[in-house]
Amino acid sequence: MKKILIVGGGMGGTILANNLARRLTSELKSGKVRITMLSASEKHMYQPGLLYLAVGKITPDELYRDQASLLEPGIEFHVDPVEEFKLDNNQVKTKSGKTFDYDYMAIATGSRMFPEGIPGMVEGAETFYTEDSALKMFKRLQSFEGGKVVITVGVPHKCPMAPLEITFMLHDYFKDRGMSDKVELQYTYPIGRVHSLENVAKWAAPEMDKLGIKYETFFNIKEVDAKKKVLKSEEGNEINYDLLITIPAHKGMEVLEKNGLGQSGWIPTNKTKLNMEGRDNVFVLGDTTNIPISKAGSTAHFEADTLGENLAAMVKIGMPVKEYDGKVFCFIEAGKDRASYAMFDYKNPPDPKAPTKAVHWFKMAYNKLYWISARGLL
Amino acid sequence: MAEKIIVDGRGSFCPGPLMELIVALKSAQVGDELEVLSTDKGSANDIPEWLNKVGHEYISTTESEGVWHITLRKKK
Repeated sequence: MKKILIVGGGMGGTILANNLARRLTSELKSGKVRITMLSASEKHMYQPGLLYLAVGKITPDELYRDQASLLEPGIEFHVDPVEEFKLDNNQVKTKSGKTFDYDYMAIATGSRMFPEGIPGMVEGAETFYTEDSALKMFKRLQSFEGGKVVITVGVPHKCPMAPLEITFMLHDYFKDRGMSDKVELQYTYPIGRVHSLENVAKWAAPEMDKLGIKYETFFNIKEVDAKKKVLKSEEGNEINYDLLITIPAHKGMEVLEKNGLGQSGWIPTNKTKLNMEGRDNVFVLGDTTNIPISKAGSTAHFEADTLGENLAAMVKIGMPVKEYDGKVFCFIEAGKDRASYAMFDYKNPPDPKAPTKAVHWFKMAYNKLYWISARGLL
Repeated sequence: MAEKIIVDGRGSFCPGPLMELIVALKSAQVGDELEVLSTDKGSANDIPEWLNKVGHEYISTTESEGVWHITLRKKK
């Protein structure tokens, strides 16, 4: 019997498990293969929904489904996070004390925000990368009576479009509240343009000009003085604020760092084969890799499609059949009712078009279709 | 002397080589030498400009078979 172990029940792990279960239906039934998933939670969160929660467009219950309900029959699911990785023995040990063996393992444990890395950030800024922080941010927005709102961006961060999206959505949020003349929005970004993707920056900067949103580039946050309400950058600049919104820097999961799998919890990963460097039966998906591409749900999705096909082939013919080409797809909300998108891979940059209402409504539909996507059907 | 730290940003449109360098510098030690590999020509201009603003030492840029090698030293 071949044992496939999937560590992590987020988007990458879930799509991979379902993809494999479909490709290996007969092998599962005959007992030639076992697929086991270990997750830290019985719930599955639709993380992109947090952006909407922060501006009051959805409520928390809309973010969740029971993880077990998303998985194909035949997948063994345990809420029992891994605490120890014994790669030389092809084993992991879990929180409950159990040991799981594997022939192939996929690690897809995701990432977590790390605002603690910047002095004063936790006390001084609002963010939206967890349910609690997104709700707190919405309450703060609702009680905000006007002033200077500054958006700051740490690296690396989850969802490359989030800085632009929250900025444009905040513009429309304040406009809808009749506060446009009382609120000044200032966007900051770490590199020399308003987005890492050049073509997205070329589109977004004129949009900001049109909407009266100020921006400062080459701004890497160094510290926040929460009492004086001042931001200081590595480049030596200072910005005053009344309300600070941050896209915080992220780290991989602590358990990976503790087990020495990768600095800051990012596992060194082959960018096309998706195996952990130096291991031919350990694979890595989504935010967890150190591959220099977007930490986004779509990245995890496309990587899971590739790895699903490869692992199934390895079970059937003993070798992989496909390489990951770096494909990423991101919607870009340009306000409350317009959106664009960017699609790119290792070789081809994106060419985003002007935002339309049609793309926005497709994104709204995708917020529901996600649950079909997680099942591996879309 | 510590080994040079390689920041492989080849094929990275997003977040891109400069963002990868910013991340790498966080965990590097003062005095460490880093080399960024990039297939994006724009990085060859952006990275020295940013290093100058922040105060790290820019050492050199070379190009070979479509890959730019930008070398620098962490100064603070």
